[in-house]
Amino acid sequence: MKYIPDGLRRLWHRMGSPRWFYETTASWLPWLGGAAALLIAVGTVWGLAFAPPDYLQGDSFRIIYIHVPAAYLAQAGYILMAVCGVILLVWRMKLADMVMTAVAPIGAAFTFLALATGSIWGKPTWGTYWIWDARITSVLILLFLYLGIIGLRRAIERPEAAGRACAILAIVGVINIPIIKYSVDWWMTLHQPATFSVTSAPAMPPIMWVPLLLNVLGFNLLFAVSVIQGTRTEVLVRERRTRWVSELCLRERA
Amino acid sequence: MTAPAAGEPSLWVLFRGQLRRDLKLAFGQPSELANPLAFFVVVITLFPLGVSPEPDVLAGMAPGVLWIAALLATLLGLEALFRRDRDDGTLEQMVLRAQPLYLPVVARMLAHWMVTGLPLTLLAPLLGGMLNLAPEARLPLMLGLALGTPVLVLLGGVGAALTVGLRTGGVLLALLVLPLFVPVLILGVSAAELASSGLSPTGPLLWLAAGASFAITTVPFAIAAALRIGVEVG
Amino acid sequence: MSFDSFGDFLAMGGHGFYVWWAYLLTAVVVALILVWPVWRRRRFLREQRGRLRRSRALGGQTGSSSDAPET
Repeated sequence: MKYIPDGLRRLWHRMGSPRWFYETTASWLPWLGGAAALLIAVGTVWGLAFAPPDYLQGDSFRIIYIHVPAAYLAQAGYILMAVCGVILLVWRMKLADMVMTAVAPIGAAFTFLALATGSIWGKPTWGTYWIWDARITSVLILLFLYLGIIGLRRAIERPEAAGRACAILAIVGVINIPIIKYSVDWWMTLHQPATFSVTSAPAMPPIMWVPLLLNVLGFNLLFAVSVIQGTRTEVLVRERRTRWVSELCLRERA
Repeated sequence: MTAPAAGEPSLWVLFRGQLRRDLKLAFGQPSELANPLAFFVVVITLFPLGVSPEPDVLAGMAPGVLWIAALLATLLGLEALFRRDRDDGTLEQMVLRAQPLYLPVVARMLAHWMVTGLPLTLLAPLLGGMLNLAPEARLPLMLGLALGTPVLVLLGGVGAALTVGLRTGGVLLALLVLPLFVPVLILGVSAAELASSGLSPTGPLLWLAAGASFAITTVPFAIAAALRIGVEVG
Repeated sequence: MSFDSFGDFLAMGGHGFYVWWAYLLTAVVVALILVWPVWRRRRFLREQRGRLRRSRALGGQTGSSSDAPET
């Protein structure tokens, strides 16, 4: 630990304090939320109205501007949970557990969104709402992994034990995700020649990919806002027996 | 590995003791031993009745049916994996011991595999024959099960350890571990399918072997950590 | 602008149904994940405040006295 600069170490310890998190993030939220709204608004309007239609799929390809960010966040959310799990198990940082609790339903929501938009997109592209395409199948399994984490947390009554149990599950899961993904991909190549894949359009021009980039950034910020909100609530609930939460309860108008 | 302190058994003695105890307990209750096997056979019987008794249809789905039945049979045995140990306090003793939990856990899982995965593996070619599985696919099926069921038992062990103190264990356990079983299922079925269509099953079998060695070296740590939490929860 | 008229924009070259469904669903889910934690926090604050008032009225201490179960 002595190689870590003093300031950084202090920041790390302060970050571990739920109270510090609650008080500091309050001022971040308007900025993050505003930036998210702006990016998503520009990206979506651009993507829906100004980007040219795809030469193969026509206008149905515009679903890409929400499908890709959702699919990306679905995976990023699980990885974030596993990182929090490691921090919780190694450094016993309570805040990491609270973040992990907040991420689970949000990540599951984005996973559901990725599946739903992918399935809606599939209808005009493949002619059916559901095919056992490699990517869809792995996202479905990812959704099951999220549901497992949420179920486990709900089943264990003591929050500390629930947090550590979920941390172990998230770490085991995150090691499995690439294995699941590659095995499913490989299984697909065995069973059917790869149909044309939806997201790898051959070299999109900037007028098509810039809005996608904006939306990916915007959804990332949106995800951050939502996780911070969830974590703040979790901080209050878990720290409800401390003096500062009691004082805050009496001070703040709901 | 350092020399054991006076009065503490060496790790090897611990490992052997655990294994012998678990096997003795398992064979002490033959019905518990036979139930997952009976389940395996019954599930497989349902497929010709439910889908089609047509030999060609059966041959096509035999690898998948056998593997899914093996998956479910493994799952069925998992719930009881740590329950009795927890109820009579053995688990607590195991966790509180000064020695690392790794080897006792490996012994526990090995014993469990010997009474669930191993019989399934040995029974599979017979049932494969009843499902009209191509004769050249029988050995790959068996090898796949022999390499894959240890992974299933280990991954399932994590789920069983995490849910050991919970009242609502069963369904949650299935939700936790079945998604993790997917790669094993895919590789195992592929090995048998490749062989039945006259291709070499070596690729998926080697992957299964790699997965098994990875799982045996790493997963017991996760089980040990989960057991420590499980003991606290109870 | 990739469309000639607003009607064209809504029709999305015949794929309007799918595109708008996907966007509508996204809007609903995003709204839910944004509103849900805020709503939960408000409910917690309201209930916790009630608990604190009650324990105060009973002459208890602020802070460490509210051991009611999680909401």
